[in-house]
Amino acid sequence: MTYSLLYLIIAIPAASAVVLLLGGRLADSWGHLLGTAAPLASFVLGIVAFLKLRDDPTQPLHQHVFTWIDAGATFHVEFNLLFDQLSALFVLLITGVGGLIHIYSIGYMASDDRRRRFFGYLNLFVAAMLMLVLSSDYLSLFLGWEGVGLASYLLIGFWQQKNSAAVAAKKAFIVNRVGDVGMALAIMLMFTTFGTSSFAGVRAGMDSVSAGTATALGLLLLLGACGKSAQVPLQSWLLDAMEGPTPVSALIHAATMVTAGVYLVVRSSFVYEQTQAAQTAVVVVGLVTLLWGAIIGCAKDDIKKALAGSTMSQIGYMMLAAGIGPAGYVFAIFHLLTHGFFKANMFLGAGSVMHAMDDDVNMRRYGALQKVMPVTFLTFACGYLAIIGFPGFSGFWSKDKIIEAAFHENLIVGIGAVLGAGITAFYMTRLMIMTFVGQKRWVRDAHPHESPAVMTLPLVVLAVLSAFGGFLLLGGWIQNWLKPVVGAAGESDLPISATAIQLIVLAVVAAGIVVGYLMYLRQRVADETPQRVSVFTRAARADLYGDAFNEAALMRPGEYLTRSLVFFDNRRVDGIVNGVAALIGGTSGRVRRLQTGFVRSYALSMLGGSAVVVLAMLAVRLT
Amino acid sequence: MRTTPFLVLSALLFSIGAIGVLVRRNAIVVFMCVELMLNASNLAFVAFARQNGNLDGQIAAFFVMVVAAAEVVVGLAIIMTIFRTRRSASVDDASLLKY
Amino acid sequence: MNGSETSLPWLTILAALPIVGAVLLLALPRRGALVKQVALAVSLVALGISIGIALQYDTGGGFQFVEEHNWIRAFGVHYALGVDGLGLLLVLLTTILTPVVILASWNDADDARWSVNAFFALMLSLEGLSVGVFAATDVFLFYVLFEATLIPIYFLIGGFGGPQRSYAAVKFLLYSLLGGLLMLASVVGLYVVSSRTAGGPSYLLQDLMNTGMSQNTGRWLFLGFFVAFAVKAPMWPVHTWLPDAASEATPGTSVLLVSVLDKIGTFGMMRFCLGLFPEASRWASPVVMTLAVISVIYGALLAIGQNDIRRLIAYTSVSHFGFIVLGIFALTSTSQAGSALYMFNHGISTAALFLVTGFLISRRGSKMIGDFGGVEKVAPILAGTFLLAGLSSLSLPGLSPFVSEFLVLAGTFSTSITAAVIATLGIVLAALYILLAYQRTMTGPVRESTRHMRDLNLREISALAPLLVLIVILGFFPKPALDAVNPTVSSLLDRVHVSDPAPTVATDPEGASR
Repeated sequence: MTYSLLYLIIAIPAASAVVLLLGGRLADSWGHLLGTAAPLASFVLGIVAFLKLRDDPTQPLHQHVFTWIDAGATFHVEFNLLFDQLSALFVLLITGVGGLIHIYSIGYMASDDRRRRFFGYLNLFVAAMLMLVLSSDYLSLFLGWEGVGLASYLLIGFWQQKNSAAVAAKKAFIVNRVGDVGMALAIMLMFTTFGTSSFAGVRAGMDSVSAGTATALGLLLLLGACGKSAQVPLQSWLLDAMEGPTPVSALIHAATMVTAGVYLVVRSSFVYEQTQAAQTAVVVVGLVTLLWGAIIGCAKDDIKKALAGSTMSQIGYMMLAAGIGPAGYVFAIFHLLTHGFFKANMFLGAGSVMHAMDDDVNMRRYGALQKVMPVTFLTFACGYLAIIGFPGFSGFWSKDKIIEAAFHENLIVGIGAVLGAGITAFYMTRLMIMTFVGQKRWVRDAHPHESPAVMTLPLVVLAVLSAFGGFLLLGGWIQNWLKPVVGAAGESDLPISATAIQLIVLAVVAAGIVVGYLMYLRQRVADETPQRVSVFTRAARADLYGDAFNEAALMRPGEYLTRSLVFFDNRRVDGIVNGVAALIGGTSGRVRRLQTGFVRSYALSMLGGSAVVVLAMLAVRLT
Repeated sequence: MRTTPFLVLSALLFSIGAIGVLVRRNAIVVFMCVELMLNASNLAFVAFARQNGNLDGQIAAFFVMVVAAAEVVVGLAIIMTIFRTRRSASVDDASLLKY
Repeated sequence: MNGSETSLPWLTILAALPIVGAVLLLALPRRGALVKQVALAVSLVALGISIGIALQYDTGGGFQFVEEHNWIRAFGVHYALGVDGLGLLLVLLTTILTPVVILASWNDADDARWSVNAFFALMLSLEGLSVGVFAATDVFLFYVLFEATLIPIYFLIGGFGGPQRSYAAVKFLLYSLLGGLLMLASVVGLYVVSSRTAGGPSYLLQDLMNTGMSQNTGRWLFLGFFVAFAVKAPMWPVHTWLPDAASEATPGTSVLLVSVLDKIGTFGMMRFCLGLFPEASRWASPVVMTLAVISVIYGALLAIGQNDIRRLIAYTSVSHFGFIVLGIFALTSTSQAGSALYMFNHGISTAALFLVTGFLISRRGSKMIGDFGGVEKVAPILAGTFLLAGLSSLSLPGLSPFVSEFLVLAGTFSTSITAAVIATLGIVLAALYILLAYQRTMTGPVRESTRHMRDLNLREISALAPLLVLIVILGFFPKPALDAVNPTVSSLLDRVHVSDPAPTVATDPEGASR
């Protein structure tokens, strides 16, 4: 079913971004309003398209925009948009949560003199992200893929007069580029194998490819997904990315962009169905990351970094689910949506706290904020209950389903997922206690206050969604909705009954909460970060040595390599050339000594020369 | 009449001239030796002309004379100038034009 | 419309106009802005003519706007011009960049030892000669013009550059002459080959394609041409003249050198190496692809290690030229179309990068990356244009170089996975060299030395804007350029007797357009 307004969903924020970025100071006074209106307009269009799709779920909406690349004999890429059930959920998440975050940003960035540009970048991000989820071709998906990477780069480095922000932005882009290599190679492999990179073409050809090709495709796409979603081994950029303004962390590094990897894996379900090896790799990546992120989250005193570790971990859950196959796709997406709600909620809440505490991010200088910031506290609490999986809240439903599926896949994976839930409960309790309850540890001139309504309103909306997002599961709605895209999950027996799993999870979560309570509420929280800590804490504070590893294994040797190559180029390659020149110059320098200036010696050599010539002629004559 | 004696004389004269050019320092003498070499070759030309019975060699001799005259004009002028500036007609003194 | 119906010899007019303009400039008085205005006007008229030619060009392919006159009958030399899609693209590149460069170098020659008139006259004559090179369809004429372009660029580098300009100019000249000498040998060899054919000697491209030379002859002659073009392009290991030349010349000269003149190398590889010596090209392709991949990685690594912005850009070009050559010698229609487009895109994107860094350098008086910092805060437009140009250089999707680079890689992937995989690693390195340079120059706290930096003025913005607009437009809509080169590429591949590897799994085309 063609829907000719589909392109507007992308075009509106894109046009708004162009206006805001090129508008200069003229747009300063109304830029933030235009910037906020754009994703909301897309949201409305998204709702319209959603309703159309709901009326006729068998007919996804699509639109042919133009022919993008038509090169050589075989390379042909159309710019097509596809609005199917999966895209629909994403469009609504991006524009809906995105719109709320835009509204929030009006207040959060009010005192920044570059607010217009901030909204321009945000709109650019929204446009690119919509491009990513609406394209029906891997190559145009890649366009959005790198577009969000660019927006993320610009926004992490928004306060680029701070060196740390500029470095973090660069790091994010480059680590993402490593993932993009996988993505690009996957697309090349598609062209070589199928002659096309459209979803439909690849899906049609997947049945007849060799197992090796399918595995290669799966692993390459996974590499791309790892980069964008900050999964091990490409996880290191996400914590640094918290240098960006907090709404950015909420929108890009929690709710939407970092989940693009999950989207990619689910979207490529037809690839992964052909290759058990790649599926297992996805599960392993997901499992490792969910524990990795959770452990990091336990040791951070920076509220945003603790949340970032948690994001990493939660995306690990989604990856895990996506790797399980048809049984997990729906729950990966479901958890992605609920996570989008509650994590955006908590990030914005953290932003609200920072706003109150003069941009201090150290939780050791918070404490007892629930009295002065009741709205922030209550909404944050909704997010907290959702993420730890408190029964009834959205995270409970989504995470529980994933853990069930994990047990279904493999006992070890299941145990890992439960363990992750316990650690999550611990570090979130720690974060909650250190920030909102306990004693005041404020610095002397801190005057915390509740944020303005323009910031608390989105918090309230998101808190409601965090609390009640689980209702999407009601009557199996989301399973039915996504069935046309990812297929139906086969029902099968679990090794342990679902109820038992729920009880185990709840017990582990409760244990995590209790430990957190004992460690941070019963004992006084130190004002300064304690230095005498165990090896484990130290490792977690150092991000489990991910950066150290990258530095030792990649950056140092790379620096050494470039330096020696520069030397090689100047001295050797160029040296050979200059050496030849010097040789010629030196030789002629010696030879010119023959020019003594004495006419008579010249005459002698002439005579000798003539004699030689004559003798030579005679010799020829005589033989 | 045989040509050989003329050629022997020509070779003798040429050798004397060549040795003179090589061993004498005075520019004027060197110059005269050069003239001697030129005239030695003239003698050979004329002798061959007589042997072959045509005028080609004699014409060549005239050319050599003309060239020699021109050379003397230029050469003496140069020597004069050098002598004026350096107060010496030794060719070894005028060795500035080197590496 | 094709050549036989054209009433006027448009290509000759296009090539001669700038040269006439150059002579005119020399006759103008030495002072005042008149010289610059006339130069700009002449280059704009040339741009207009070339756009007219492009609009009249029929995308069906083949040489169009053909002109042919006998020049030296005894050797079969003709004055023959004509453009196919590739030639047209490069002629357009030349005529687009010249006015931009003139506008951007408005004041660059004011303090030079030589006159402003000479500077702009040299630029215009370079434009005219380059148009001739790209339009020549006679090998001898091509050779003559190819060597002739060295004269203006030699004086542009040596007369108006930085402190090391003489060294750079002589080095550049020697490298180019050495390559040119080998090419001359091959040109002479072509005469010998063609004089043995029935029609007598001829240097016309279409005659030389049918000489039926032996395999060995073909390979030797190929080498002569290839080395000359490899020096010009510049490929590893004969690239070392470029960093010196590009960093010592004025920014405008660097643009003309890297964006236009170096394209003669890759252009020549496509038109002459592949066109005249198809067998030898197939024979050489593994070695050339290896060299190209080395260039890609080597250039990128060297760029990362540079402290001088101009040298950095020069090394990125070594890397980009590696991609172009890789695409040409991967011998697939996808990769070659990519390479052809890449020549144009690289020209535009590198020009933008050279110009914007030129503006940056002229404000601070230093080329060293370490001397900058925090520029974004004081000159946001300068920083923004630098970032956009840089992003195009690292092939961000949505900007034009991405399309060409991806085509090159995808085409290469179908014939040599190893080459494609290694070259793809280049995109990570590309991100490193651009973003490192951006981070060190533009971000961070404002330094004392950059505190009073002015932002771009109107002249500078209007020089950069057309380039940046083109980069964005061609990123989303490369169709016009690709339509022009597709026929050229397919006829080339027919000559080389190579066809694209078919997809291993045929998919239902109906399914693809669901």
